[in-house]
Amino acid sequence: MCDELICRCEEVSREEIEAAITDGAVTMNEVKRFTRAGMGLCQGRTCRRLVERILSEKTNTPLSEIQTSSYRQPVRPVRSDLIQEYNNLEEEQ
Amino acid sequence: MIEIELAIVGAGPAGLSAAIEARRAGVDVLLIDENARPGGQLFKQIHKFFGSRAHKAGIRGMNIGTELLQESEKFGIKTWLNGEVCGIEDGHNLWVVRNREKSEIVRAKKIILATGATENAVTFPGWDLPGVMGAGAAQTMINVNRVLPGKKVIMLGSGNVGVIVAYQLLQAGAEVVAVLEAAPRLGGYGVHTAKVCRAGVPFYVSHTIKRAFGTDHVEAVEIVKLDSSFKQIPGTEHVIEVDTICLATGLTPLTELAWLAGCKFNFVPALGGHLPIHDDKMHSTQNDIFIAGDISGIEEASTAMEEGRLAGINVATELGYITKEEADARSQEIWDNLNTLRSGYFGQKRRDAKDSMLQNGKEVIKWNIH
Repeated sequence: MCDELICRCEEVSREEIEAAITDGAVTMNEVKRFTRAGMGLCQGRTCRRLVERILSEKTNTPLSEIQTSSYRQPVRPVRSDLIQEYNNLEEEQ
Repeated sequence: MIEIELAIVGAGPAGLSAAIEARRAGVDVLLIDENARPGGQLFKQIHKFFGSRAHKAGIRGMNIGTELLQESEKFGIKTWLNGEVCGIEDGHNLWVVRNREKSEIVRAKKIILATGATENAVTFPGWDLPGVMGAGAAQTMINVNRVLPGKKVIMLGSGNVGVIVAYQLLQAGAEVVAVLEAAPRLGGYGVHTAKVCRAGVPFYVSHTIKRAFGTDHVEAVEIVKLDSSFKQIPGTEHVIEVDTICLATGLTPLTELAWLAGCKFNFVPALGGHLPIHDDKMHSTQNDIFIAGDISGIEEASTAMEEGRLAGINVATELGYITKEEADARSQEIWDNLNTLRSGYFGQKRRDAKDSMLQNGKEVIKWNIH
């Protein structure tokens, strides 16, 4: 109950993110790879800003200088057969 | 594959306005929105708008939405609802999932991203309990779906969204037990704030939420006073019984597609964070991609509509439907409107931030495109 979840999709707590930063993560992508925060269904829509702020505070770096996460399609949760369908469409082109 | 001259992502105030201007000029337009109905957030805005008369001041947001929809129907604008744009490749190809069951590729000569924004979260132990929600979500529930999210609500954030939604929750029959504001002063327009105040709702400045209590839903909230550097002051906590916690703590532009498309970004805290760089034609740093509305900086529906019109007119010009002279004259008119909207106590900060963005856009985009 005292856990403060940051990434709800992947159930990553503030403690886990802070531990990743203590272990050396300094960019958004590094925090993602250490903890999976931002890699769930919503792809970081909610927690991205929260993680950026924690990174900024823990590493004493202005928010403007925090290296943002990279983006990949699909940016919405979709069924895997629709990804296959998209790939087929692309090949036809 | 579907080929089109202009694809617009997002049918809110910016996207609809862009579609109408482009179609009026003769452009073949496809408007895509992930929701079941167009209009973006306009249909939950049952309050009257602010600004000058030329800007629909005094008209309720939902009625502005109806006007835009009527106009878009008059022009016969092709619209895909329940269309999720999942990706963008080569700066022209949109991957659209329609009705959650079919992938399509839309190849567009020009793209306008009018994707809007998402609500910011604030975390505290218990924030993931059912009953904690964005103020915008609560507003959708009461004004669009006609469902009361709870009976005893606390609002975190006293900006316009916070006070407007607090008042509408009262109108919908909820009790608003308090409005909290982390800053030492209130953030919303006086007229909206005063209405909530007159209804007897207490406002707590320099206060925030420390934690929420509950087993399977929110049952109470512990609030705490903040010092001048926003640190919680121990010993000032008190617990209030509530079943709903609304977070009205700002918005973040929905920029995923712009990142995917390779647009360059600036960090502009006054406008909501990382924003695609754009110029006074709403052109991004990518050749055929324009942006409009909250994605270019968090503002209001009135500015979003003007930016949408700008994007629509400039796309039509690049496609050869409008002469440059006509576009310049009409753009000047829109810029005059935008500058009026971005003035005064609340607007000047946005104006300054936008001006520096445009200055930057002018320099960066000149190098990228021409």
